[in-house]
Amino acid sequence: MDRLLNVVTGLSVLLGLLVLVSLRRARIRVEYSVSWLAGAVALLVLSREQGLLRSIADLIGVTYPPFALLLIMGCVFLIIFYRFSVIISQLKDDNIALAQRVAILEYHMQSLKDHATGR
Amino acid sequence: MAPRGPDSLLVLVPAFNEEGAVGDVVRNVQLAVPNAPVLVVDDCSLDATVTVARGAGAEVLTLPHHLGLGGCVQAGYKLAFELGYQYVIRVDGDGQHDAGDVPRIFEKLRSTGCEMVIGSRYLNGDGEHTSLIRAAGIRFFRAVLRPILGKPVHDPTSGFVGVNRSALEVFSRSFPLEYPEIEALVVLQRRRFRFEEVPCRILPRRSGRSSITPMKSIYYIVHVLLGVFVNLLKYERRIPKEPGRS
Repeated sequence: MDRLLNVVTGLSVLLGLLVLVSLRRARIRVEYSVSWLAGAVALLVLSREQGLLRSIADLIGVTYPPFALLLIMGCVFLIIFYRFSVIISQLKDDNIALAQRVAILEYHMQSLKDHATGR
Repeated sequence: MAPRGPDSLLVLVPAFNEEGAVGDVVRNVQLAVPNAPVLVVDDCSLDATVTVARGAGAEVLTLPHHLGLGGCVQAGYKLAFELGYQYVIRVDGDGQHDAGDVPRIFEKLRSTGCEMVIGSRYLNGDGEHTSLIRAAGIRFFRAVLRPILGKPVHDPTSGFVGVNRSALEVFSRSFPLEYPEIEALVVLQRRRFRFEEVPCRILPRRSGRSSITPMKSIYYIVHVLLGVFVNLLKYERRIPKEPGRS
């Protein structure tokens, strides 16, 4: 059990460091890093605080606490992925609207140019 | 390209890599409806679609990057709405739609006052030049849409569609982006808009290939079904039925 928890601790530290380095290099925006950092901290705390992990395992009816940790890990990542799917969908909608607006404005500009030059 | 008269019509031709067909499509439309301007919406083609369309006498709206069919058609709807057109008829750039049917769709739009007219290959015919897979999909979606629309639709996947200004306003704000034809019907139904069908001919494709390959068919069905039900669940878009409207 300890070995598995140590692996999760290592992974959460790695994840946190990766996000911080990405932030420093401006490869990820602060608002999108919060979910990952919160997830990393949650996993770090749960993997180190075995009492808390046991309580949660009892609460959700899991007899083997590390399995509860894996379950929580899965849920945390699912929530993060869902959040990013929502963000990506919004960005795609905005991108399409923007591309359409650019095309329409270019069309109007060309029409004005043609009108000015008498074509 | 300003609209002329109270019954101004714009013919919209979405095109992606259609240099082999779009020129004839534009010329045939101009022969069929000489007073209606033709707007080709180029979905960032890699070939000479824009040059060929302009050479044939069409106005061209060029998208800065590839948006897919729904985004491409909606861009044309937005421009037509902004310019003040009363009617827009969409004709595909691959040459499958017979431009000779455009006046019939236009007349139906004007005479019935309905919001959408669909050019249907099944109304008087057997849907020649339609693949077996597509024909099966059409039968399936007919059955799905029948209870939703409250009346039968013979050719729900037809892209040969005319809309009036009310539908144009709705579509310029909200239009399905991928495989838009079927979902667009549901969007209109949520608004209690009416549609009619007129018989039309579908010609063999002159160039390019259908975006819906056999492998994509299953994805198409799942995607469109999901889109249909999502549109049904959009309660905020429902508008109470007006008395006297069918």
